[in-house]
Amino acid sequence: MSAVAGMTFADLKSGMSARVIAVDENCLDSRRLQEMGFTVGTQFSVVKVAPMGDPIEILVRGYRICLRKNECHCIQIESVG
Amino acid sequence: MSLHPDRVGRLKLASHLVIVAGNPNAGKTTLFNSLTGSTQKVANYPGVTVESVEGQYTFAGESIRCVDVPGLYSLKAASEDERVATDVILGRQEGKPELVVYVLDATNLERNLFLFTQIAESQVPMVIALTMPDRLQARGKTVDLERLQSELGVPVVSVVAHEDRKLESLKQAISDALRDKPIPAIDFGLPEGMQSTIRKLSERLARIGVDASQAEIRRNLYEPPELFQRFLEDFPEIAEPFTEARNRLEAEDLLRPSVDVTSRYEWSAKIQSLVLRDAAKPAKVISITDRLDKVLTHRFWGLTIFVLVMYGVFQSIYTVAAPMMAGIEDVFGRLQDAIRPMVSQNEILESFIIDGLIAGVGGMLVFLPQILILFFFIAVLEGSGYLARAAFLMDRLLGWCGLNGRAFIPFLSSYACAIPGIMAARVMPDSKSRLATILVAPLMSCSARLPVYVLLIGTFIEPQYGAFWAGFSLFAMHLLGLVVAIPVVYVLNRKMLKARRLPFVLELPPYQWPKWRDIWLTLVNRGKVFVKTAGTIIVFMSILIWAAASFPRFSPADPVAEAAKFGVAEERAEQWVQEKQLENSILGRFGKAIEPVFIPAGFDWRITTAILSAFPARETIVPSLGIIFSLGGEVDESSGDLQSAMKKATWPDGRPLFTVWTAVGLMVFFALCAQCMATLATVKRETNSWKWAVFMFCYMTALAYVGAVAVNYLGKLFGA
Repeated sequence: MSAVAGMTFADLKSGMSARVIAVDENCLDSRRLQEMGFTVGTQFSVVKVAPMGDPIEILVRGYRICLRKNECHCIQIESVG
Repeated sequence: MSLHPDRVGRLKLASHLVIVAGNPNAGKTTLFNSLTGSTQKVANYPGVTVESVEGQYTFAGESIRCVDVPGLYSLKAASEDERVATDVILGRQEGKPELVVYVLDATNLERNLFLFTQIAESQVPMVIALTMPDRLQARGKTVDLERLQSELGVPVVSVVAHEDRKLESLKQAISDALRDKPIPAIDFGLPEGMQSTIRKLSERLARIGVDASQAEIRRNLYEPPELFQRFLEDFPEIAEPFTEARNRLEAEDLLRPSVDVTSRYEWSAKIQSLVLRDAAKPAKVISITDRLDKVLTHRFWGLTIFVLVMYGVFQSIYTVAAPMMAGIEDVFGRLQDAIRPMVSQNEILESFIIDGLIAGVGGMLVFLPQILILFFFIAVLEGSGYLARAAFLMDRLLGWCGLNGRAFIPFLSSYACAIPGIMAARVMPDSKSRLATILVAPLMSCSARLPVYVLLIGTFIEPQYGAFWAGFSLFAMHLLGLVVAIPVVYVLNRKMLKARRLPFVLELPPYQWPKWRDIWLTLVNRGKVFVKTAGTIIVFMSILIWAAASFPRFSPADPVAEAAKFGVAEERAEQWVQEKQLENSILGRFGKAIEPVFIPAGFDWRITTAILSAFPARETIVPSLGIIFSLGGEVDESSGDLQSAMKKATWPDGRPLFTVWTAVGLMVFFALCAQCMATLATVKRETNSWKWAVFMFCYMTALAYVGAVAVNYLGKLFGA
């Protein structure tokens, strides 16, 4: 499947895999998200989405973390696989 | 000079000081509890709401003092809790730690090693406690301890927190490390431009007599802007070279956090791949946690089970706590009866001991059952991993106004009582959202408001308008606080606590059986904290209010004769004296003095004084009204005498004092006001400052006043 550029976390669905392609470092949240492991090139997958649509649970760097979609807008992603 | 200022001065170091640090959910608290057990002491760090837990143990004749710092993801402190943890680890709080025990979660090596690289740079002696090796094994992997040890340069001990045998080897390693001082030796590749800038700055600092390691320089150079500014202010003499170096890094595009973070994660990933081995037994295909989560986070079953669990928890706060509370009240009632004869020779002493001191201590301890029951459930829910799932389910509902999914625990508990509710705000992960939760939790209609509602609805609504409107107004009163809390919390987050919020991160740890030791220590610590700090304030304030209602004394030599002068019958003389005592007291005089303020709400001095005397606790307005209407303080909310006295009461011009609107206004006042000193004392304890307690009292009283006045004007508009 070809990569779709310019995706954000809001486009993620349960079971999808994606890769970080860019991080907007002017955005204040970007440092914390990078510290949690979302550096450029990192692959991750969506484990599940909460019943009300947010937050989403993500498997990244071998561990699981829940994030709110709208708080990850400074990370650009592409879907893989 | 050194780059480690002692912000609060060095504490006496009678024994060795060891810091236990690590990522959240790495098993740090469980490990700390196994090490220090019942020796723990809970206190607040100066000036912040963050708690420190300290304990100690003795090993091979040496006494070791341990401090459990809040779990953190990074030393680039983003929240207040992380800043405190960072300050302690870097020795800015109580002097440089002798040793850091770094808790490393074997199932989450990559991210846990990221924080390790940051702490390693401070060149503090370290021992690694590798937790959850059993869980890693269940996933079909093991850690090569020797390889990890040689890669990190410090001792690594594998621990399973509930196996005390393994703890002996950790204690041994700690004692050895206190002697040998092993410092991590790691090297992760950094861009050449960064290294040369740091090297040059180091040489320049050395020339002006500042001895700082390159790692120390690098950490300070890479602080976020606000922390870098703070650093410059702390050390003005080296501000210039540091600012120049930082500008150079920026010009070369090397100051971006990603340069720093990526190099650390690359190193972490490399180490993880070097030390992880396949276990002899292969992994289970689907873990128990995944299977449970399929149900517990399911869009239908998950929410259903959540509602059932919460219902069970709060049902038991009411039903299990009620007999215990009655028991405490009974014991203190008996104590009063037993002591009364011993002090009856002096009327003031009797009143002080019986109505001031014993009533105050009893009125404080009566909160303990609810607090302990709630924290028992919190400890079980948290320890089993369910609390995180509940937050996952509820986050959308509570997240939009600046809170997060965990806030439902303090809010729901506050419907029983705000005291455990405010204490339960500890489940909130950061201090900003914790503070916002604390400040609105007392708006939830607690059970102490119920007697006020029952009295007023039973007197003025039910007889006239029937059961439907009685039930409706009771429901409306319980909803009012919640409805008001939403805009309040929104404004608080936008205007007052506007420090930037962090992206919300929530981990769903694997399910496990909660550990009894962790539950027990939670209960002991919470109980102690409440009784010692909040409890002391509550007793002290009870005595103050007792004094305000008891002085100056009104005690005629012959009460019956005195009462007769005012046309009061002999059998009512005692109640009449009680009424005159309250009217004549500081409290009564104050109530009369501020009557004009409450006239717009339709309250006269009698209602005002009853409100004032209900400051210790809302439900005490019932006996206070009893005294004011000359019925004595023994009335309860369903007393027919009190109801008819209130119906008959008039203004001096003969208009009835209470209309249905006055009654509703008074209920609205009590729904929104902060008339509960135990709440204020608990807020003081939990926020570590009187500022927020006073703020809460002011904003809630203002809301209550505006609400009561609004109801009174509505009454005038629509007539009654």
